[in-house]
Amino acid sequence: MSERAVDFELMLRQALAPIEPPEELQARLEQTLGSLVEAAAEELESWELSAISDPKNWPHIGRPAAAVVVGGTAAVGLVLVRTQRHRHRRRAQSANVVDLAARTLRDTGREARRLFDELR
Amino acid sequence: MATAHDLSPAAKAKLDAEFTELYRAHLRDVYSYSYYRVGNHHDAEDLTEQTFLQAYRHFERAQRESDGRPLRPWLIRIAHNLAANYYRDRSRKPQTPIDDAGVLSAPLSTETLVEDRDDLRRILECVQQLPDDRREALIMRFALGMDNREIARALGRTDGATKVLLHRAVRQLEEQVKLAEGPSEP
Repeated sequence: MSERAVDFELMLRQALAPIEPPEELQARLEQTLGSLVEAAAEELESWELSAISDPKNWPHIGRPAAAVVVGGTAAVGLVLVRTQRHRHRRRAQSANVVDLAARTLRDTGREARRLFDELR
Repeated sequence: MATAHDLSPAAKAKLDAEFTELYRAHLRDVYSYSYYRVGNHHDAEDLTEQTFLQAYRHFERAQRESDGRPLRPWLIRIAHNLAANYYRDRSRKPQTPIDDAGVLSAPLSTETLVEDRDDLRRILECVQQLPDDRREALIMRFALGMDNREIARALGRTDGATKVLLHRAVRQLEEQVKLAEGPSEP
């Protein structure tokens, strides 16, 4: 490659220097993605809880059928409400979107277990 | 076939962690690409945001189909498609002159540096006048530092065709810049 071509490519590299994204964009994007992860986690919560309320899944869960019937749909709703209640705290405490998703899942599991204990 | 919905919580958390990593590693790439495509920060922000939202939706599948290859070309391809829609929907072309990019806003003190700055501005203006495929290839190579193979994947071309495209793009740009400079002094 000629010296001139090298010089030109060097200038081209300078002209097309990478652009740092504005900080507001990073903050906005992380918030949007965080909400999406949380929404996905909540969708998963609903799916898991509806699976629990389906009698076909009880043998796998290993819970007495009667206990689940007592709770039924109300239990699903209660776990969701309890989990939702801590949404803002989780968001404030999370370091990133993954942390937020993990916290949401942990809270859901904890609330579900607590509710099962109450129903037993 | 497994979808993101079928994943266990642990697998979903892992997938989200990997997406966060991808996002952090390539936010600047996507933003730089968007900026040089649309020519202003406002639309570049929109395009970047849309790119990552699309990427998030299809991440699980892209990862499955990538066979461990880097996902940057896939991300840039999303931005490329969205930018094409952006022009089609609004029936507009990149704005010229481009907003002050990082290089143009750097502090300059001497006459030589000011001349360099003018040269860089002229190059940027000429880049905006290139045909779309050539302009994109140059942005990917020089702003994002992508190699031929990555650019080929992002543009959906062969490695050979990409090499030729880049070579022609640089030559055409060089000629345009020379024309823009005007006749050289005797």
